[in-house]
Amino acid sequence: MNTEPKISVQTTGETTTVFATDYLNKLSGEKIERECKRQLDAGCKTIVVNFAETEIVNSIGVSILLGVIDAASDKGASVVFSDVNENTIELFQMLGLTNHVIMDNG
Amino acid sequence: MAENQQKLIHTFGALAELGHEVTHKQNFQEMIRTSLHLLLGSLAIMRGGVARYSRFGHELNMLAVRGLDDDFPLSLSLCYEDERQFLTNGLNVIETSQARVLPFFQVYDRSFEKKRVELAVPLIIHDEIVGLILLGEKANGEPYTSDDKEIICAMARHIGVGIAQRNLMAELERRADENRRLYDDLRMTYKDTVKAFATAIDCKDKYTEGHSVRVGKYSEIIASELGWDADQVEGAAVAGYLHDVGKLTVESKIINAPYRINAKENAELNKHPAIGYEILLPIHHPYADVPLAAKYHHERLDGRGYPDGLYDSDIPYIAKIVCLADSFDAMTTDRPYKRRRPANEIVEDLQRNSGKQFAPELVTAFCSAMLKELTGEKKDKKFRRLLGKDYLQADEIVPQLKNALNGMNATSSLTLVSLD
Repeated sequence: MNTEPKISVQTTGETTTVFATDYLNKLSGEKIERECKRQLDAGCKTIVVNFAETEIVNSIGVSILLGVIDAASDKGASVVFSDVNENTIELFQMLGLTNHVIMDNG
Repeated sequence: MAENQQKLIHTFGALAELGHEVTHKQNFQEMIRTSLHLLLGSLAIMRGGVARYSRFGHELNMLAVRGLDDDFPLSLSLCYEDERQFLTNGLNVIETSQARVLPFFQVYDRSFEKKRVELAVPLIIHDEIVGLILLGEKANGEPYTSDDKEIICAMARHIGVGIAQRNLMAELERRADENRRLYDDLRMTYKDTVKAFATAIDCKDKYTEGHSVRVGKYSEIIASELGWDADQVEGAAVAGYLHDVGKLTVESKIINAPYRINAKENAELNKHPAIGYEILLPIHHPYADVPLAAKYHHERLDGRGYPDGLYDSDIPYIAKIVCLADSFDAMTTDRPYKRRRPANEIVEDLQRNSGKQFAPELVTAFCSAMLKELTGEKKDKKFRRLLGKDYLQADEIVPQLKNALNGMNATSSLTLVSLD
């Protein structure tokens, strides 16, 4: 049985938006990371991770997002976190992820 | 205050998940990968790696890395001084910038600096180095606090225990494999010794060369037909190989007499079962009853056998098997005073003596095995190999065996003797 979660991806020009699932854990997180790296290798200059559906980000999720930030930094691309809920914003600020990304909450 | 609380909740969540991961994950590599995620994610550390230590190669081999380049060394060597210092330091955080006196940090300084590896945590479990964790800078750019270091040590201890458990399991598996190999070697030595004994016994009797080996094979056929497991079948074969070991003490001129021996010589010869028992008893056989097979293989169900004249249920089952195998071989081989008899006569003989000399269910099993070979139901040609390809004529013997099997109903139930 394939239990891998499905994630949505939209690409417009050099910007790719990846829609995170409701719970950003290892399974869904690694899929997002793979997709982001694939887009960066394809020449994407801006990665947008959309958290509209995401309620919880655990430590594994944070580690994976750091991987995305690191990969984007290596390629000279920027990362945008959009539609992040209040708790998650606090978490990202507390851990310093916001130092490396652009926060876009509309 | 609120931020501290949130940080604590986030960290404890990671620690709880890590504990679960280490104790429940079956896949070691996966456990290490997830553990590294949890450690990096708990404090938002940009990059890091977990290495396992091989004390034979004095090497740290990376099991999982995050954010370290492809050119980052995946195998790092430790010298004696590094090991000594790591053990003295224990499972505590080492700041790489402060540890450059150690050869390890001098050798890998460039790699660590390039990827901003700020901390190293030797994984020391029960006074042994099991691995090392390397950690880069925090995402917030701030230096590690003492609280951060305590959290890192707590999580590193979990990971270290996971690696130590894995090492222990690998060591147990290695020892179990070694024991299995030793046991197999021992079994092989035992089998070879048994066969050597059988050959030695058979050498004494120039007229019945190969008798013990054949009795072993016939006993094996019977046990196998009875549905015994592989070890029990092997035990029956061993009992057959060694049943005549007592003959080693009987004078050759009696054994090789080219005539029917007289009563005195017969009495001497008939001592061989009891002597065989005495020879075999002190040996610690993997199968019980091997000495009993030697002692009682000339007993008969009707009590007219020797040495003790036992009746049916008093005769050990293994001895009944060897008795049948022994008699069959005696009937189907040339003796100095008697040519071997035709197969049809022997089947009749087995049938006639079923319930008197031989256990009926064993005669049934023996005939059944022979029939299966002759009709092709069994592919191996054990009987043909033992008797010669022309001795058993299928068109003659098959109907006879079928009739015999129809006529022979087992009169006593199987009483399998445990050979463990």
